[in-house]
Amino acid sequence: MINLADMAFYLFAFITVAAGFLVISARNPVHSVLWLILAFFSAAGLFVLLGAEFLAMLLVIVYVGAVAVLFLFVVMMLDINFVELRQGFLQYLPIGGLIGFILLAELVALGSAWAFGDAVGQNLAAPAPAADVQNTAALGQLLYTDYIFIFQTAGLILLVAMIGAIVLTHRTRPGVKRQDVAAQNARRPEDAYKLVDVKVGKGVALPTKKG
Amino acid sequence: MTIGLGHYLTVAAILFVFGIFGIFLNRKNVIIILMSVELILLAVNINLVAFSTFLHDMVGQVFAMFVLTVAAAEAAIGLAILVIYFRTRGSIAVEDINQMKG
Repeated sequence: MINLADMAFYLFAFITVAAGFLVISARNPVHSVLWLILAFFSAAGLFVLLGAEFLAMLLVIVYVGAVAVLFLFVVMMLDINFVELRQGFLQYLPIGGLIGFILLAELVALGSAWAFGDAVGQNLAAPAPAADVQNTAALGQLLYTDYIFIFQTAGLILLVAMIGAIVLTHRTRPGVKRQDVAAQNARRPEDAYKLVDVKVGKGVALPTKKG
Repeated sequence: MTIGLGHYLTVAAILFVFGIFGIFLNRKNVIIILMSVELILLAVNINLVAFSTFLHDMVGQVFAMFVLTVAAAEAAIGLAILVIYFRTRGSIAVEDINQMKG
């Protein structure tokens, strides 16, 4: 009899793999992004089954909340002809299938021949704490002590990525009217109007603008 | 049969191969290639977390977090480059990106 945890694993694993396949085979890029979200969600389920609750929540927040939405925005911003996107699909199927098959065969060969070494249990870098310490607390105790510099570097990478994305996509458009406070304060009445003594029956010529 | 390390590694291996497959298959759309890279990094993360759990070693999860960070930065920069490329050239097909003749 199959128990509940095993059933959950098979469910999440199947959904992850199926959604992963649909990401690369969906006709519409918007659908691809939605399948990607499903793949990340079910991978988060796998993480929960593995006992990595913090990473599971991080996956949902960072990927589903930020990265997938970023993808969705970009896909919808770009005006792409979806029909001609799929042309050349069959042209690259044989070479792609061949390389995928070779890679899978290599992974299967590696997985079937590989086993843990004898001393692997004694060489742990940071053994998992007792069961009463929560996963998030254990991860925090490690991140803010042994890995603090790498953690700071990760933050720096994100900062550089943010600045880079803003600098790359920012553009100054010509011809946009904006408020210029300095120009407004520097404006004097004599720049703006001129009193003209109009003779009866003569009219006035339009004043020529200064500068 | 109880769920072991091999089950998780199998899922990760299949996801990884799908990611590689997607890079080769989509020659018209760089966005799908970026999504394939995300799939590959997800497979790597599943591997790291699975090893972390079955070896009772927390470092795997720390590394998975760093992989997550780099993946997010990569997606942001990649999509920004894609947006400005589309703005100047009006196309994101892989075959059209040959300006540098590399």
